[in-house]
Amino acid sequence: MIQILVRYCTLFVLTLLVLTIISFSLAYLFPGDTLENLTGLVPQNEIQRAALERQFKLEQSYIFQYIYYLGNLLTGDWGYSFTSGLPLREEVGIAMPATIELATYAMLMALFIGIPLGYYAGIRSYSTSDHLINSASITTYSFPVFWFALLLILIFSLELDLAPLSGRISLIYDIEPVTGFILFDVLLSDIENKSLAFKDALSHLALPTVAIGAITTAAMIRITRRSVIDVKHRPYIAAAVSRGLSSWQIFFRHILRNALLPILPLMAIQITTLITNAMIVETLFSWPGIGNWLIQAIYQRDYPALRIGMMAVSTVVITLTILVDLFNRLIDPSREKYERATV
Amino acid sequence: MSHGLVKRLSLCLCTALLVSSCAKQNKQAFYNTGIIYCSESNPVTFNPQLDTSSTTSDASSHQLYDRLLDFDPGSGRIVPSLASSWLVSDDGLTYTFQLRKDVWFHTTRYFEPSRNFNADDVIFSIDRWRLRSHPYHYVSGGRYPYFESIGLAQNIASVERINGYRVEITLKRRDSSFLANLATDFAVVLSEEYANQLVQAGTPSKIDEFPIGTGPFKFDSYRKDHFIKYLRHNHYWRTQILKDDEVDSSAAQVSTKQRQEHAPLLVEQLIFDITPRSSLRLAKLMTGECDATAFPAQTELEVIRTKDDLILAEKPGLNIGFWAFNTQRPPFDNPDVRRALAAAIDKNTLLEAVYFDSATRAKTLLPAASWAFQNDADDTAYNPVLARKLLANAGVAPGFSMTIWAMPVERAYNPNATKMAELIQRYLRDVGVEATIVSYDWATFRRHLQEGLHDSVLIGWSADNGDPDNFYRPLLSCGAIPSGTNRAMWCNDDYDNLLNKAIQTDDIEERRAIYKQVNRLLYERLPLVPIAHAYRYQAYRNELEGMTINPFGGVRFGGVEKTL
Repeated sequence: MIQILVRYCTLFVLTLLVLTIISFSLAYLFPGDTLENLTGLVPQNEIQRAALERQFKLEQSYIFQYIYYLGNLLTGDWGYSFTSGLPLREEVGIAMPATIELATYAMLMALFIGIPLGYYAGIRSYSTSDHLINSASITTYSFPVFWFALLLILIFSLELDLAPLSGRISLIYDIEPVTGFILFDVLLSDIENKSLAFKDALSHLALPTVAIGAITTAAMIRITRRSVIDVKHRPYIAAAVSRGLSSWQIFFRHILRNALLPILPLMAIQITTLITNAMIVETLFSWPGIGNWLIQAIYQRDYPALRIGMMAVSTVVITLTILVDLFNRLIDPSREKYERATV
Repeated sequence: MSHGLVKRLSLCLCTALLVSSCAKQNKQAFYNTGIIYCSESNPVTFNPQLDTSSTTSDASSHQLYDRLLDFDPGSGRIVPSLASSWLVSDDGLTYTFQLRKDVWFHTTRYFEPSRNFNADDVIFSIDRWRLRSHPYHYVSGGRYPYFESIGLAQNIASVERINGYRVEITLKRRDSSFLANLATDFAVVLSEEYANQLVQAGTPSKIDEFPIGTGPFKFDSYRKDHFIKYLRHNHYWRTQILKDDEVDSSAAQVSTKQRQEHAPLLVEQLIFDITPRSSLRLAKLMTGECDATAFPAQTELEVIRTKDDLILAEKPGLNIGFWAFNTQRPPFDNPDVRRALAAAIDKNTLLEAVYFDSATRAKTLLPAASWAFQNDADDTAYNPVLARKLLANAGVAPGFSMTIWAMPVERAYNPNATKMAELIQRYLRDVGVEATIVSYDWATFRRHLQEGLHDSVLIGWSADNGDPDNFYRPLLSCGAIPSGTNRAMWCNDDYDNLLNKAIQTDDIEERRAIYKQVNRLLYERLPLVPIAHAYRYQAYRNELEGMTINPFGGVRFGGVEKTL
């Protein structure tokens, strides 16, 4: 057990180190003068240039610069955005939770709708209801997420006027960011009309969550269904049937848990897709998350922001992936045997 | 997360769901307390003295500040604001302003005023841009583009305090557009007390980032690319009735007497939702996420018109789109040739095809919003036969070729110069003139124009105030050739003399008469063909009451109410 933990930790740290090397070298790979890319300033003369180079340690060797960069990352000194002049840590600190919040709700939606539907379709495999669910999920899965989001906006916001189309909450409400999760922040704030604010935040969440969640839900349905069908044809199910167990008993004792095991690792892959989709959908709904923020940074050629943004997003994805993987190991020790050599 | 917090959260959640069903009434009352305006971009600063872009003045000028004088949005005349009255000496050089008493500056978390507005604030505000030696002159860059462009600082000899509520400004030369300049968006009054406090704290530049003014709203917070938040100024001088103890009572209790005096009732919050994409602004307006938006695109106007709950207000703007001839190049130095070319084009078709009828036909340089607008001015008419005859008499042979320069950017006064140039090209072919269309990128275009490389150009002008001098002088005076705003490169002594005569007098009727002569002169000499005054548009939801387009600058929300 400890061995596994150590191995995962090493993997995690090494991957992050590789990432820092990439993000560090971005400053040199971006087109243009490295100094200007890093500082956003155009030195007027050689003296100024030398001073800036000293300040940003550019006159030192690459190795030293890298260590210096690593030190800054670890101490939380992430530099400043060219465009807003604010510390990048603060900016990422506001944008990141917004994305995670959206992705979390979409994931919850996928789990609570996708898995039960998948089970249902799997148990009733090749019946009419299974065909219906299956074709619906294939259709949804083939939607490009940006197109689906636009469709939702067009129908539910502009035509039916049921949900707002941009932002996290009406700007009329003055919500202090505490956790970065809008629903919790509303509940923790001490504004009057809290219930109104909560409702408003929910209605803002509805469309983007559905837009992101739909595709993951479809994926969940298909994965679960496949897994249930596989389990159904295992010999131990036949044995259970022959023992005279009722179909409910078979489902709860044998299918439910065994079908879940193969789903979990596939979920880890879905997390990456989910966050990517969240970043795309954010820009359509003007959701102030990391995707929207990165797009702005690209438009403005805000190189330090791009560097840190890339670091932040990949750190989150890697952390989640490794955590899910670790979790799989813990609940399914059988994988240990044949996968030992692959890590 | 602690156990207590979880409990608290779930409790809140339950109450929220329970209460939400009976919250309809409450909701309306609450949403009425704030106006959300979808603005198009980030302001550069919160001090309009420092920047002439309309985004900056929208976000600051009429919301946060007041000026000594204001333009009446209806008539364009100058009306009292912070100055309750003013006197002009007989020689027209000395202006004495009587200031309003009991005007409060904003109280915010970063500043608490200890005194009311007085003469010191006026002197501080003017001296900041006027005097290079002023301690605040170079704070935030030291450029005051509006005042520099009209050379106002050089013309002011002194700004003196007579007593606490009286200020005397002495000019070096007579300038009857002086009062109009003081009423523009850029001539705001800042707080001298706040400035002193900031100097002591060692952070003078905060005066432009965390603004303090006397306007209807006070600054609350700003997040770049996201929003600007303003709160109601409870001691706004135009709504003195809202004193401390009455602030909490609802707006309905404010007596109707006040309404009759046009005192603006203020909403509690004003929010600028910064939305650069025009289509998204329209979408937000349709869903009610914004109550009003800036600059609807020409192509979106039809959509707005078809929606019942949206209102599209339009007003002729203070601008002019024109076709200027380079009068220093033959044969365009001959007024007959210019008249011939003017007669060759049909302005009404241009209006329809290029402006989609979102403009009025221009006869003179001045739009109807200006007080000196002359309704019965002469106008050129579409007459190809006359055009051909005039050209033949002037010795311009059929097949003569010329260039039409079409500006490469969109402006309200000319949303599509290339298309207009193509139309004109076709009209000119009918009278035997071959035209080629020329265009460069905007910077090169303007540089070459200044060098006079063009035969004719399609371009325009947006004015900053309603004073006619703001149109006539920069566009066609001799002095404007080197500064690059006189696109016709036209220099006429009679014209310049008339313009100077017009600003030597303060009698409006006398000035109007002089501008009539100017219009006549321009009609005869025709250095440029006025084409259109484009409308200004503002789209808002029908819940807003009291929205008016201010033709003289930025949007204003003082006095706008919301009833869902």
